[in-house]
Amino acid sequence: MPTDILMPALSPTMEEGTLAKWLVSEGDNVAPGDVIAEIETDKATMEVEAVDEGTIGKILVAEGTEGVPVNSVMAVLLGEGESADTIAATPSPQPSPQKGEGAMAATVALPSTSPPEEEVGASASAPGEGAATPSSPQFSPASDPDLPTGVQMVEMTVRQALNEAMAEEMRADDDVFIMGEEVAEYQGAYKITQGLLDEFGARRVVDTPITEHGFAGIGVGAAFAGLKPIVEFMTFNFAMQAIDQIINSAAKQLYMSGGQVQAPIVFRGPNGAASRVGAQHSQDFTAWYAHVPGLTVIAPYSAADAKGLLKAAIRSPNPVVFLENEILYGHSFEVPKMDDFVLPIGKARMVRQGTDVTIVSFSIGMKYASEATEKLVAEGVDVELIDLRTIRPLDIETVLVSVKKTGRCVIVEEGWPQGSVGSDISARLMEQAFDYLDAPVTRIAGKDVPMPYAANLEKLALPNVDEVIAAVNAVTYRS
Amino acid sequence: MAKKAAARKTAATRKAPARKTAAAAGRRPSRSNAPALDKEQELYAYREMLLIRRFEEKAGQMYGMGLIGGFCHLYIGQEAVVTGVHMASKEGDASITGYRDHGHMLVAGIDPNGVMAELTGRASGLSKGKGGSMHMFSKEKNFYGGNGIVGAQVSLGTGLAFAYKYRGEDNVSLTYFGDGASNQGQVYESFNMAKLWDLPVVYIIENNKYAMGTSLERASAMTDLSQRGASFEIPGEKVDGMDVRYVHEAAQRAIAHARSGKGPYILEMLTYRYRGHSMSDPAKYRSRDEVQTMRSEHDPIEQVKQRILSEKHASEDELKSIEKEVRAVVTEAADFATNAPEPDVSELWTDVTILAGS
Ligand SMILES: Cc1ncc(C[n+]2csc(CCOP(=O)(O)OP(=O)(O)O)c2C)c(N)n1
Ligand SMILES: [Mg+2]
Repeated sequence: MPTDILMPALSPTMEEGTLAKWLVSEGDNVAPGDVIAEIETDKATMEVEAVDEGTIGKILVAEGTEGVPVNSVMAVLLGEGESADTIAATPSPQPSPQKGEGAMAATVALPSTSPPEEEVGASASAPGEGAATPSSPQFSPASDPDLPTGVQMVEMTVRQALNEAMAEEMRADDDVFIMGEEVAEYQGAYKITQGLLDEFGARRVVDTPITEHGFAGIGVGAAFAGLKPIVEFMTFNFAMQAIDQIINSAAKQLYMSGGQVQAPIVFRGPNGAASRVGAQHSQDFTAWYAHVPGLTVIAPYSAADAKGLLKAAIRSPNPVVFLENEILYGHSFEVPKMDDFVLPIGKARMVRQGTDVTIVSFSIGMKYASEATEKLVAEGVDVELIDLRTIRPLDIETVLVSVKKTGRCVIVEEGWPQGSVGSDISARLMEQAFDYLDAPVTRIAGKDVPMPYAANLEKLALPNVDEVIAAVNAVTYRS
Repeated sequence: MAKKAAARKTAATRKAPARKTAAAAGRRPSRSNAPALDKEQELYAYREMLLIRRFEEKAGQMYGMGLIGGFCHLYIGQEAVVTGVHMASKEGDASITGYRDHGHMLVAGIDPNGVMAELTGRASGLSKGKGGSMHMFSKEKNFYGGNGIVGAQVSLGTGLAFAYKYRGEDNVSLTYFGDGASNQGQVYESFNMAKLWDLPVVYIIENNKYAMGTSLERASAMTDLSQRGASFEIPGEKVDGMDVRYVHEAAQRAIAHARSGKGPYILEMLTYRYRGHSMSDPAKYRSRDEVQTMRSEHDPIEQVKQRILSEKHASEDELKSIEKEVRAVVTEAADFATNAPEPDVSELWTDVTILAGS
């Protein structure tokens, strides 16, 4: 059988090219590796090598022909004892010559082209029509554990709660260690790691140089090898130096390795605005990380949630971004006194049940949301208040059930409005609860500006209680 | 202010020091053949360093009074570094640093009123009150900040140098950063490109021995920061950063090198900050003794003052009147910054992006 020499593709997206030059003529003998032709596209040039031994029986596409489709036959190679006469009998698709001097008598029509890519993409992802794409698995989180009857509640700050969570997990598991800037001898820039060096020593409480990208990567590598690192960023503003390791290395590892390699690591530290520290030190990265499949993103408000969820995060086999808030560190809450208080990741907390409107928030946004709720309830508005606690996976179920009841939703957060957590919830409510909505889903977010330093402007840039109340009044048509 | 400008102008002529010691890279030059500054230079250095010192002391007080918020990193103790380098530079050279930036601005000739009013977050601050202590800039004086992210200024400063080379201008980028910053990855990425393209940048590492509470030894495998460019063939030297004469002399050499097209140069300034890292600092990572010894034996201002007196460049009385003048400048800045109005609320939405057509 004569062998067809086909038009090669220089790249996965190449559909056709120019046969620039033949370096052999009919009747020439070729050996594997001999360069026989040159192909060009608008992007590149490539030499075509013979892959078999033989004689060039017939050249079917003339030198200089443009628009030669990939995989069409350019020439035929004859093996020993084969004659060129057999070739005519071999039907094969051929390009129509673009330049007049076509030596090809038997050109055949080109196969009709497939629809443009955009159309394919659009139809594949259209809701309801996704024949090829299986739907994503539903995540159903566990409920909070019932507290033992008569459990003692103790007042503690968020700072203490986080500190206890780490200490308890480090006591329980030698694979858990913490590293970061000033976590050891300095006792933590915000004192979250206070006392850990004394108890666990320098092997497990590791001061790093100011090298976020490097130590985040080292943490991820250690997690690949089976340790359970807690990487503290002095603030999440500096985690931007390391975001490549967080997303490209940690978040995607399980998927890229087909489930073989886990990255059980916690990246934690204060996120969001502190007070008067200016644009580069005041931003909320919740929505950024919440965007990334493979990451778990937790942003607690109360001390109890901080403790129970940090313990869960440390035990989680997944990479967790644990977003704390500097302003909340000093706030006190009641925390159950238990040997091992762990909360489920991915479960929102129903803070107050009501029927008039749903307010959804997380982290320090809960401060505005709670204060607004208090005032609104006093005015007779029956608010249902939900603290998301975990942002990814998002407990949309709890929000949906609530909004189907109240018909109204206001989402409160400190981050910027475009592409915010609130934007995403709003979209999901529209998709999944459209018929239940009695008013537009409304977002209260930080203003769409970098954080100003001046005291008066900083106040304006952040959301506030009055804005939340005004939004609730608007969606309940009380204003 | 008029007097201040005049003082600057004379210094801008920047005479070469009378003697030049060819200090071996990596070694502290010996005291006996220290480079000298002339009378004019000594007096200029004294006044500038004193201005920074008094300004920073005032800023510290104002922070304590709640007039300044957030982070506030004082430059007290390190005055000789920025002063000596500035004296060796020429108009048009750019400078850039981190958040410990007040001294860099004052020496660049930026109005102390504008700096102080930025610290208090007022409309007449350098950044209209929107930047704060860590984010101040002056396009006019080629001062590019004022950066809150440790190490970021090193790449940015290298980019300034790139622009100068690109446009064929003979300016140099004076890129300052700390011992702590010197461990960041982007520093080495920048070093490589700076040498690869022979960019006119002088890297001034202000080694004050600590990054917050972490000493250089606890953070760096190789503590001779002057040699951190060795693998890129960037020359470097260690300099007594508490003595403005050595700073000036080394800076002249480094700047000439960069300006002549030979590429980057590293100066490791051995210096010391007397105050805490920022306003809150546990001060447990170093002893009181250590701080006290630096203050009493190496104070940059005291050193100049003693030389001025022993060389009879000026009398005690004349120095007192300089001190008085400096205090007046600082007092005025403080009053200005205390009484200036906050930015108009409409400023919340300005300067975010440049809208097409506007
Ligand atoms: C990327 C980044 N990481 C951490 C911080 C927090 N931080 C601010 S200053 C500082 C210490 C820097 O020390 P050094 O470079 O020696 O400069 P110095 O403060 O001594 O002038 C740290 C860790 C930051 N601002 N940016
Ligand atoms: Mg330092």
